[in-house]
Amino acid sequence: MYDEERIGELLRAMPQVPEAWVQTAARLPATRRAIEQIAALAEVDAGFRQDALRDLEGALQRAGLEPSPALVEHLRDRL
Amino acid sequence: MAALSSITDAGLVARCRSGDDDAWEELVRRFSRYVLAIAQQAYRLSPSDAEDVFQDVFAKTYERLGDLRSDDAVRPWIAQLTRRLCIDRIRAGARETVDPEAAEAGVDDTLDQLDEALSVQEALAAMSEPCRDILDRFFRRDESYAVIGAALGLPSGTIASRISRCLGKLRDLLMEENAPLTRHEE
Repeated sequence: MYDEERIGELLRAMPQVPEAWVQTAARLPATRRAIEQIAALAEVDAGFRQDALRDLEGALQRAGLEPSPALVEHLRDRL
Repeated sequence: MAALSSITDAGLVARCRSGDDDAWEELVRRFSRYVLAIAQQAYRLSPSDAEDVFQDVFAKTYERLGDLRSDDAVRPWIAQLTRRLCIDRIRAGARETVDPEAAEAGVDDTLDQLDEALSVQEALAAMSEPCRDILDRFFRRDESYAVIGAALGLPSGTIASRISRCLGKLRDLLMEENAPLTRHEE
């Protein structure tokens, strides 16, 4: 039976998630598309690929992405 | 077209798979508290480990959504994925071998509680904005009648009766069979 106390307890059981975490996860499709664009360019341009591998963080920043460690790792894998 | 917040989990997954970025954001918002609650309450991860697991869960969800056998099963699938990534995180940070049974002790009970909490959250999400807002303020943000009244420009007595009415509606939603299925199909 759901009385007021039980409903309150269940509503409070779900923690508030920092909005920045939600935003990062919500932007995943756009982030992955940007990484695929970098990878596609690297496939046809060896010089670009070398530059990107030398400075993964810079490549991400130039694509408008925040170079988090996980994203840097993901780009390294893609290249 | 139905508002994203009112479509079923299965409908949402189908739209995510078709490349709908708004549907993806709704999926993240719908399950974000659930994922964090599992990491924090069932596995007692530190805030930084919980954040890593949180991002990893959604990255893998995004990559593997195509592997989901039944779109209706996205909730248990995300729960299972979160459990596995929490265990991986605990193992990676342990100096000694982690006993998987010890790490999982009490997790099932906590997950049962969180599943119920998610159903309440989903029922709340299916309510009208005024009810959602007032119940959120009272139960989640612990605001007093006076604070809520000041924010909404209403007398405290009205707040009490409005909370009671909205609570009744929420209870009715929860008492219906399969409360999460009260979301409309697209």
